[in-house]
Amino acid sequence: MTPVAIIMMIIAMVTVWGGLIAAVVNLARHPEAAETEPVPPTEL
Amino acid sequence: MATASSQTRKREAFGSRNVFILSAIGSAVGLGNIWRFPYVAYEGGGGAFLIPYLCALLTAGIPLLFLDYAIGHRFRGSAPLAFRRMHKAAEPLGWWQVLICVVIAVYYAVIVAWAAMYTWFSAQLTWGAGNEENFFFADFLKSADVAEVGVSTDFVPQVGIPLAVVWVAVIVIMALGVKRGIGRANMILMPLLTVMFAILVVQSLFLPGAMEGLNAFFTPNWEALADPGVWASAYGHIFFSLSVAFGIMVTYSSYLKRKTDLTGSGLVVAFANSGFEILAGIGVFAALGFMAQAQGTDVSGVASSGIGLAFIAFPTIVSQAAGGSIIGVLFFGALVFAGVTSLISILEVIVAALQDKLGWGRIRTTLTVSIPLAVISMALFSTTTALSVLDTADAFVNSFGIMAVALVAVVVVAWILHKLPVLQEHLNRRSSFRVGFLWKLLVGALAPIVLGYLLISELVAKISEPYGGYPGWFLSVFGWGMVIALVVIGVLLSLVPWSRRSNAKDDPEYDEFLDIENYDPDPETGTFPVLGSTDEEARA
Repeated sequence: MTPVAIIMMIIAMVTVWGGLIAAVVNLARHPEAAETEPVPPTEL
Repeated sequence: MATASSQTRKREAFGSRNVFILSAIGSAVGLGNIWRFPYVAYEGGGGAFLIPYLCALLTAGIPLLFLDYAIGHRFRGSAPLAFRRMHKAAEPLGWWQVLICVVIAVYYAVIVAWAAMYTWFSAQLTWGAGNEENFFFADFLKSADVAEVGVSTDFVPQVGIPLAVVWVAVIVIMALGVKRGIGRANMILMPLLTVMFAILVVQSLFLPGAMEGLNAFFTPNWEALADPGVWASAYGHIFFSLSVAFGIMVTYSSYLKRKTDLTGSGLVVAFANSGFEILAGIGVFAALGFMAQAQGTDVSGVASSGIGLAFIAFPTIVSQAAGGSIIGVLFFGALVFAGVTSLISILEVIVAALQDKLGWGRIRTTLTVSIPLAVISMALFSTTTALSVLDTADAFVNSFGIMAVALVAVVVVAWILHKLPVLQEHLNRRSSFRVGFLWKLLVGALAPIVLGYLLISELVAKISEPYGGYPGWFLSVFGWGMVIALVVIGVLLSLVPWSRRSNAKDDPEYDEFLDIENYDPDPETGTFPVLGSTDEEARA
């Protein structure tokens, strides 16, 4: 592989897979809200 | 007072956010990622294509994905119901999307069936080295020319039987429901697909000539960036790859719990989809590099996409490579799994729509929807003219179905109903990645411009010469006629009144959701007493 092809390959991997890792990390920092949704008001 | 039916029906839901994310990735990662992206990128400037590709992902793919999530989650319904709740007159858009999914489902299933047969053929090199092309068209498909025989009714058992098996398998998954069927299938198939594909890529990289393939794939051709056609193909590709704008993501996000990080999840889905494409590009071009070396030609001489890549080039590689059978089983197995997880998401658009419309149970709706689809699929695609019908239906439904409905939908939502601020607020209320003015600009302005450009160029291309050289009557039926019929039937379906049992008229869960969120009550379901509603979202 030529140097320019290797550089483009690395940039592609870093941006896309790096983006994936960043997105997963962001999501892990915001864990799913436990089902704390209030019970619907009881009707009379 | 809660109505009597409040305990009878509960909207189905994914088991957790991760199951939803995996299912959304399963839907987005389909045949296109494996057999379309590598060639589109190679043609569009190799390494340089990364620039238009990332631009398209960030400025169109992800914003439209967020739009779909927002619509599905805010209005909590299948495509027709979600659009109806947005505005009564928008309902035909939802049915149009449902009908697009009907068309795609019937032909998508047969590609999965072919791939399943080829997984088996790969294990024993059934085609015979050197005979790959002839084997596919003549021996396997028994392809006949539509210009000579018309639409054939000659049954081809080696296609028809696996096709029937594929339908039985997906019908079982669909009948099990969102949590136990779709969720579980994705929880099993997606990790399996990833592992299989990773092994395939590693094995391809060790083939002689693999580095030449990667060199061809990643060497940038910067001049390509000056070509508007390359930018258009990047936007077109991202758009199809992410499965946005034809109801799938609307449907899936309607199964999410009230408090779900929508944009955070969407970013994972979008980047996972692109990550898989890069992986596929590496695997496919490593294998093509081997093929070029074995045949003593350039990579440009063997590069192809779609059916030609999968069913002619790959079998050739399988015949020639050491350990080729393993490559073949992994490749076609990956196509089957990627195809099945996408096929069930397409079917779910249809099943969910009818479930909402009729207020029926899961199994009854699934069988009512899927069995007729399976019959149509068998009738059209297990015969000798399957390939021509598939090719035409695919080309037309992509351009004048998906692309057209996406254009109309963004214009209607952004410019006629002015719903972007409401949807933006809905996304930001629960999500980690906040969207602002830029998002509204991309969805409301850039997306219609790009989609309009793509649609017009497709229109010009398909009018200027008959697509694929097929006869006029054939294109009028399976091409133009089909895409026009989708719009007409979509409008007719939206005129069929919703029964009192349907989710449009009776959905206590939705009323409760609106109440907790302080949204205005829905004029049609409104069975729940409005306690804390505010004047916010007055337009609803």
